Amino acid sequence: MAEEIKVGCARPTGGLVGAEEEKQATPGETQTAKGKELKTMIQVGKQAPDFTSPAYHKGNFVSVKLSEYLGKWVLLCFYPGDFTFV
Amino acid sequence: MSIDSVFVHKMWNDHELSKMVAGGVPFPMLSDTGGKVGTAFGVYSEEMGVETRGRFIIDPDGIIQGFEVLTPPVGRNVNESFRQVQAFQLVRQSKGTEATPSGWRPGKMTLKPGPDLVGKVWEVWKTDMAFD
Repeated sequence: MAEEIKVGCARPTGGLVGAEEEKQATPGETQTAKGKELKTMIQVGKQAPDFTSPAYHKGNFVSVKLSEYLGKWVLLCFYPGDFTFV
Repeated sequence: MSIDSVFVHKMWNDHELSKMVAGGVPFPMLSDTGGKVGTAFGVYSEEMGVETRGRFIIDPDGIIQGFEVLTPPVGRNVNESFRQVQAFQLVRQSKGTEATPSGWRPGKMTLKPGPDLVGKVWEVWKTDMAFD
């Protein structure tokens, strides 16, 4: 399911699916407005924003896309950082 | 998912987490350097530069069914997350004909909402059922 990624010196980053096109289409002020809007988009009963993200999974560096998990239940957990205590 | 790179994820898994869980972390450890995804989910703190303890339950259609967000010093309850997933799975399986009352866990009674149940919940559901 998850595609393996090549590792270089640059740290790989992911992002929202479709966010790049949006950025190009809306310059300046509206862009920040869009960003703010995104923050409040999260609501129960509403679609989760799709994203791709580099990941470490069982010894490999892979790329994970949320929409690849359609058909399954997903627990998406955020945390402050590796090596934090709780 | 955190703002750490996949390289740091590897170090944390290989040098610490694999000593807590045999075989290491079984699921993908996602990297969100820059916090773009965390921002979209409303859990990225610009002030702290990290992501808070957000947990989202996403159903097979990609719909967010529930979430919980805690500040960094308090850890979550994994059993409660599992309980909620089990409850959502039951509701989904029943195509919305059943609902899980407060304190429900697998094996406990569900409710079948409808005109006949209005004002009658007290007859079938007792307060002590809210507690384990």
